[in-house]
Amino acid sequence: MSLTTGPAAPQAAAVDKSPHGGGKSGRTRRGNRSLSRHNLTGWLFSTPFLVLFGVFMLFPIVATLLMSFTDFGARNVTRPLEAEFVGLDNYTQLFQDDKFLKALFNTGYFVVVGVPATILLGLLAAILLNNGIDRARTLFRVGFYAPVVTTIVAVAVVWRFVLDPSDGLIASLASEVGLTAPDFLGSETWAMPSLIAMAVWRNLGTVMVLCIAGLQAIPAEVREAARLDGAGVWQELRGITVPLLRPTLLYATVITTIGYLNVFEEPFVMTQGGPSDSTLTVSLDMYREGFNFFHMGYASAMAYVLFVVIMGITVLQLRLLKDNTR
Amino acid sequence: MTAKTDETTETAKTAGTAGTAANARAPRRTGRARTPLLYVIASVALLVMAAPFLWMALSAFKTKQDLTASPPVWIPSRWTLDNFTSLLDQLDMPQYFLNSLIVAVLVTVSNLLFCSMLGYALAKLDFTGRSKVFAVVLAALMVPGNLMILPLYVLMNGLGLIDTYAGLVLPFAAGAFGVFLMRQFTLSVPDELLEAARLDGAGEWYIFWRIVIPLVKPALATLTIFTFLGSWNNFIWPLIATNDPDKYTLPVALATFANDPNRTVGGGNGMLMAGSLLVVLPVLAVFAVLQRHFTQGIATAGLK
Repeated sequence: MSLTTGPAAPQAAAVDKSPHGGGKSGRTRRGNRSLSRHNLTGWLFSTPFLVLFGVFMLFPIVATLLMSFTDFGARNVTRPLEAEFVGLDNYTQLFQDDKFLKALFNTGYFVVVGVPATILLGLLAAILLNNGIDRARTLFRVGFYAPVVTTIVAVAVVWRFVLDPSDGLIASLASEVGLTAPDFLGSETWAMPSLIAMAVWRNLGTVMVLCIAGLQAIPAEVREAARLDGAGVWQELRGITVPLLRPTLLYATVITTIGYLNVFEEPFVMTQGGPSDSTLTVSLDMYREGFNFFHMGYASAMAYVLFVVIMGITVLQLRLLKDNTR
Repeated sequence: MTAKTDETTETAKTAGTAGTAANARAPRRTGRARTPLLYVIASVALLVMAAPFLWMALSAFKTKQDLTASPPVWIPSRWTLDNFTSLLDQLDMPQYFLNSLIVAVLVTVSNLLFCSMLGYALAKLDFTGRSKVFAVVLAALMVPGNLMILPLYVLMNGLGLIDTYAGLVLPFAAGAFGVFLMRQFTLSVPDELLEAARLDGAGEWYIFWRIVIPLVKPALATLTIFTFLGSWNNFIWPLIATNDPDKYTLPVALATFANDPNRTVGGGNGMLMAGSLLVVLPVLAVFAVLQRHFTQGIATAGLK
C-alpha cells in the first residue's frame, strides 16, 4: 500500500503550498491577452458549482441567520414570509435554557475528552504501523481505517450490543474476570464516555492515515542522524517525530474538533440524547427543536451559536498552525 | 511503497520516504528485539478495532437462542439465514438499497463533473475574480453542514422536493472538498501541454475533456470513492428529506428500524445485525479493494 508514491497526489499537493496566493502566481505577467481570453471560459466552468453553492449553501446559510431572529414555526414551513421578527429573543432565551446549556456542556465534554484521545491513539497507531510493522501492513491499515468508512448507523447498532449491560460484549468480558460492567448507555455517568469511546474507535483511522503520510514525509536522514547520535525511541519521538509532525497533528486536531462539535449520529442512534439529556449534544438539540417541535427560529439560533463556536475554535487552531510552521 | 522492504524494522521506517537503499544500512540497535512485541501490540489493537465487525457478522447468522445467550456466544452454535429472510420480509431492503445507490451514483457523477470543471478553471484559467471564487470554495470547506439544514428543508419543501431523489441529491451535487482536491491535482498538469493544444486551435472544453481529464484520473478515482462513500453513509439529510419509507436510504431505514419500539427483542436484534451487515459489507468490500486511493486522498487533503 502506498501513501506517498501515488502518481499525482503528493506532487499535486506540493505544487501550491499557499492556497491563498495560488491565484496569481506565475501567470499574471503573461498579461491581458490570456486574461481576456480565459475570462468567459473561467466563469462558464465555475458556473455550475457557483449556482449549486448559491442555492443550496449560501442561501440556507443566510436564511438560517434571518430565521434565527424570527419565531419561525411549523406553519411557516409552508408560509416562510409570515414569520415574525423577534430580534434577539431566541438568543437570549437560549442562554437561559438549561437544556441547551447542558447540550453545550455535553458537546464541550465530547470535544475535550474525545479530540485528545483520538489524536493520541491515531498518532500511536501511525507510529506503530509505520515504524514497527512491515508484514501484513495492508491488513493492519485496513483494519484500523475500516471503522472510518462504515455507515455510522450500522456501527452504532453494533455498539449498542457491545455496550449492553446484560448480554453485551464488555459486560460478559467483565463478568469473566469477576467484575460487573455498568449499564453504559443507561447511566448518566457512563453514557457520554461510551459515545466518546465509540467516536474515538471510529475516527482514529483518519488521524492515523494523516500521520503516516506526515511520518513518511520526514526525511530519512533526520532520523538516521538522530539514531547515530544515540537517540532512543522516546527521544526520537519527542525530539523529531512530534515536532516535525506538528502541522499534520494540528490539521488533524482541527478537523476532528469540527467533527466532534457537530456530533449528531452517535447520540441520535445510540441514546436519543438520554438518559436525562446526559448525551444531548447541540446538533441533536437543534434537530429536535427544529424537526420534532418545529421551533425553527429557535433551532436556527442554536445552529448559529454552534457555528460561531466552531469558527472561533477553528480560527484559533489555524492561527496556532500557522505560527508553528513558520 | 516504492522500496521493496526487507524483513528488518529499520528498513520499514524509511521505506515510504525516498526509497533510498542507503538507509537500510543504518545501525540496528533496537530493531529485532522490538519487533515481535510490536506485532503483539498491533495485533491486539487490530482485534479490538475489528471486534464490533466480527460480532456483527457472526450475530447476523445466529439463532434467537444464541443471540440472547448469557454469557454471549461468539460462534453461532447453528448457522442460520433466518435473520436475513425475516429482515427481507419486514423491510423493503432492495428498495432502500436502490435508493442509496441511485442517490450515491447521481451525487458522484455530478461531483466528478462540476468539481473537475471548477478545479480546472481555478488551476489553469486566468479569469477576473478567480481568487474570489477560490476563497468561496475555501470558506465553503469550513461551514458545518448542520448550519443550513433548517432552511434547506423549508426550501426543498417549497420546491416540492421532499421524498424525491432530486431533494436528496441536489444539496450534495458539488462539494467544496472535491473542487479543492481537483484544483490541487490539476495544478500538476504541465502548462506547456495546454498551450500547445491552444496553439493548435483546440477549444477550452476540448482541452479540458481530452487533455486534462485523462491526466487527472487518479484524482477522479479518489473523488469517486470519497463522494460515493460520503453519500452512502450520509444520514442526517436523508433523515430529514424523506418521510415516505419508499424513499428511505439504507441508513435511515436501519435507524428507523433500530429505534422502533415494536421491534421484537430477540429476533429483532438478529435482524438488526443482518441489516447492519448488508449496509456495511458493500462499503468494506469497496474499501478493501480501493484503500490505496482512500488513504492517498486523506493524505493529500492533509498536506495542503
